[in-house]
Amino acid sequence: MFDLTGKTALVTGATGGIGEGIARALHERGATVTLSGTREEKLQALAADLGERVHYRVANLSDREAVDALVPAAEEAMGSLDILVNNAGITRDNIFMRMKDDEWDQVMEVNLASAFRLSRAAIKGMMRRRYGRIIGITSVVGVTGNPGQANYAAAKAGMIGMTKSIAREVASRNITANAIAPGFIETAMTDALNDKQRESILQSVPAARLGTTLDIAAAAVYLASEEAGYVTGQTLHVNGGMAMI
Amino acid sequence: MSDIADRVKKIVVEHLGVDTDKVKDNASFIDDLGADSLDTVELVMAFEEEFGVEIPDDAAETILTVGDAVQFLEKNAG
Repeated sequence: MFDLTGKTALVTGATGGIGEGIARALHERGATVTLSGTREEKLQALAADLGERVHYRVANLSDREAVDALVPAAEEAMGSLDILVNNAGITRDNIFMRMKDDEWDQVMEVNLASAFRLSRAAIKGMMRRRYGRIIGITSVVGVTGNPGQANYAAAKAGMIGMTKSIAREVASRNITANAIAPGFIETAMTDALNDKQRESILQSVPAARLGTTLDIAAAAVYLASEEAGYVTGQTLHVNGGMAMI
Repeated sequence: MSDIADRVKKIVVEHLGVDTDKVKDNASFIDDLGADSLDTVELVMAFEEEFGVEIPDDAAETILTVGDAVQFLEKNAG
């Protein structure tokens, strides 16, 4: 089960912790993968480490031209695009009353607008081939809210609504759209927390540990698989039980 | 009847699963031939493939009937 041999995937934000984990897992299950990110050396290193069936492309998702070029480039490199993982995301945290227009706009652009544009581009080929898997990496805070993250939470909630709408539109064409909502995952983003913050987070997690990128990657493999073809419009929460929604 | 019209009608028949005699020039994809909005997008994609042209979104939105498609392609294809 969950064999992805012969499938093609594009993962954005592939140099981040979760993105790299997802790219590695899809590749391990047999998929050909195009890695996208902003840091060329990291993309290159990851591609070299994975070996065959890998392409990479530098793309800054706040640049609309770069976004629009990404799916065609991935399709050209791999011959098709079966699986799109909209993982790239940034944070520009600030308390709501102090949040700048710019902080709001940047987060919306990278976290939500790019996912819209990439999904729109990818669906065309998926419709033709009557097969597709669109996976958005959202966040538990898109559902629960989080102080200091009104922009991030709004973008992540937006992704869930977009995912459900895509799912309804294209389900009859054998294309699924789902979201994965990680809770607190061990990445550079959570490494920045101090011990006190970490402890207080763990108190709210029944599993009593932070998640790993592997926990998220496993969810992505499942949603990317042919076997998950009857699952669409869903948000799979991977959070150790910290929110049960 | 032009070769283009024949090819257009063939695609419509195949894609929407309708009888050939229903696919008249003035037949609306949605109102007369039972297409939904997603079908119309797919028809446009099928026309693009068959005729090797790109149909931009604003043009695609004006292709509502079989005749619209034939007319557009006679002007822009080949």
